[in-house]
Amino acid sequence: MSVQSAIRLASTAASVAVAALCLIGPSVRAADKVDPAADAKAFQKYFTNKFPQLKLKDFVNGPYSLNEDMRKQWEEKEEFPPYEFAREAGKEMFTKPFKNGKSYADCFPNGGIGIRQNYPYFDEKEGKVVTLELALNQCREANGEAPISYVKDDMAALTAYMAYTSRGKPFDIKIPDDPRALQAFEDGKRYFYTRRGQLNFSCASCHVQNAGQRIRAEILAPALGILNAMPIYRSEWGGMGTTSRRFITCNIQTRGVPLEPQSDEYRNLEYYLSYVSNGLPISGPGARP
Amino acid sequence: MSLFPIRTTKFKTPVATLAIAAAVSTLLATAALAAATEADFKAAYAAAEAANKQAGDLRDQWTTTKTELDAAKKAADSGNFDQAVASAKEAEALAKASIYQATSEKDAWKALEIH
Repeated sequence: MSVQSAIRLASTAASVAVAALCLIGPSVRAADKVDPAADAKAFQKYFTNKFPQLKLKDFVNGPYSLNEDMRKQWEEKEEFPPYEFAREAGKEMFTKPFKNGKSYADCFPNGGIGIRQNYPYFDEKEGKVVTLELALNQCREANGEAPISYVKDDMAALTAYMAYTSRGKPFDIKIPDDPRALQAFEDGKRYFYTRRGQLNFSCASCHVQNAGQRIRAEILAPALGILNAMPIYRSEWGGMGTTSRRFITCNIQTRGVPLEPQSDEYRNLEYYLSYVSNGLPISGPGARP
Repeated sequence: MSLFPIRTTKFKTPVATLAIAAAVSTLLATAALAAATEADFKAAYAAAEAANKQAGDLRDQWTTTKTELDAAKKAADSGNFDQAVASAKEAEALAKASIYQATSEKDAWKALEIH
């Protein structure tokens, strides 16, 4: 072998090695660095330090827990809650059989009762995050029914009923020891902190850095526990909305074009936000200004 | 009698020529500005759409870009190509800003992470 051939061979081998490292690099790095438990601990500590007057479980009540006047308003609202119609409609929908005789209960553990706190979960077979909203439509499609809108009405009613059966149960989101699950968590975190839209806001701009502050007439809810109350009746919407609707609205408010409901980004965001609120009770369905 | 008779005489023609040329240029420029064509609009719109598509690939389009693109199309449909070109250029600028945002945020987001 000539010197030139040897150099060429070594150079090719080095290129292949570098290319291989580039290919496997991100997942190895992600698996090495991602520490969801440490992230959740730091996240909860940040908010309990920022709002020392609040008990951890109070964060699920969003702005209502931060202001005494609003808390009184909320307590009055809870006597005749605006989400009540949706919850009742959801119960009716949930128990009504599909055309094939099966029902939602056949698609979920424990017949779908008291399981909200376990969603979203990471489906190792699909390699993706599955939210409750997505699972409901998967259930419909598996039983020959057309999927329903992710943003309101029927979906909000169904999730309202399911959340209600889990009230008080702490979020218990699991992240399996699977690099894809860790990557999904990391991607959700990145989405949460990434600035977007013409106003250059991230989710964190409002719900971390300015939580408790006013933006015009509204008090910004802390990110901790923000999904525990979903779905919610919002006076601003004049109706119920799902987690999907909440994410889409936030994007639009920053003058960003929202992604499609249940896109990978939104699913991962929900996975991240739910996991960091592990231990806080489900309070949904909720009501917000 | 002028103190600079020769100079005045010498520069009379060039000054007048320059003045006329400037006036003509201004008129031409104004005419050009006021008369954007459909081709100008199509070129400006295509550039804006391409930039907005790139922003879409980065999952960071802005609603305001779409608003300007729609305004450009509406103006073009009504034959107002000056406005159509102006809106398309605004859309392109917004799309490019969103691309810059998405690119810089690839790492910048980490600065605000809670640790």
